[in-house]
Amino acid sequence: MPLENETVPAGVMTTQLDAALGWARKYSIFQYPFVTACCGMEFMSVAASHYDLDRFGAGFPRFSPRQADVLLVVGTVSHKIAPVLRRIYDQMAEPKWVVAFGVCTCTGGFYNNYSTVQGIDTIIPVDLYIPGCPPRPETVIQGLTMLQEKIQKTRGQFR
Amino acid sequence: MSDLRGERRDVPAASNHEELTKLRSAGYNVLVDLTCVDYLPQGRSPRFDVIYRLMRLDPATGDDLGRVELHCAVDEAPVLRSAKDIWPAADWLEREVWDMFGVKFADRPGIKRLLMYEEFVGHALRKDYPIAKRQPLIGPKSGDKADSPSFNILRPTVTGE
Repeated sequence: MPLENETVPAGVMTTQLDAALGWARKYSIFQYPFVTACCGMEFMSVAASHYDLDRFGAGFPRFSPRQADVLLVVGTVSHKIAPVLRRIYDQMAEPKWVVAFGVCTCTGGFYNNYSTVQGIDTIIPVDLYIPGCPPRPETVIQGLTMLQEKIQKTRGQFR
Repeated sequence: MSDLRGERRDVPAASNHEELTKLRSAGYNVLVDLTCVDYLPQGRSPRFDVIYRLMRLDPATGDDLGRVELHCAVDEAPVLRSAKDIWPAADWLEREVWDMFGVKFADRPGIKRLLMYEEFVGHALRKDYPIAKRQPLIGPKSGDKADSPSFNILRPTVTGE
């Protein structure tokens, strides 16, 4: 945080608050699982007790976009459901993050055809890509910790 | 009649309903599948085969007592009659055949798509549908990345960050 802007003496205070907010946010992720395909099985396994996403504070799926922080897009997204996904993203309150879970959501995977969206980043902004078909639970956990680092660094005011 | 695939019969498209009714009364009580094949690369005329796969299922034992496969050669013209009065399961399968291949049924003039959205133009499983042609409802048609600078960027704050 630059301190050279002397017209804002409260700058230091804001920095500390952002750090505290980032710490609180990264360990209390409410995720919205947008599960459309077989990656959902892998999501269930990583969320269940063996790998236990709850250890990282992300154990609480909310099935309302208004209450969710992280949109987990899990599985192939077709052109038919793409407007629904966009609507859900738009309904989420800021700050919000999007995770593309699995190679289908990252790039379309091997579905290069008439029906499949070639990467959900053509519809909504994506913060984290987790590759794999499906990703191993360890990959998901690594991705989650990377997302937590990103959340910790997030600063600013939100709508 | 006891082998796995059963017997294949080619019937004229105009008499599909009569043949299916006969088979239904002969004990073929399950419509296993109703699908379509596009023979465009072979240059065949009529272009499509609409295929009915039927099975005789013994309701008491659950045994497969034999199968039969009906092939009806058709073009796009609505010649076939709907089989949904014989097997209600034919309803969605006929909608799928219309959706993916564009084969019409004579007594279903207002048939709706099953899988694709209403805005979709064309029929996706026809051999002359371009393999990578996409008709997205939102997002770019070419598959390029959307202009997406809006995600959780540092917004200007009072500190001038």
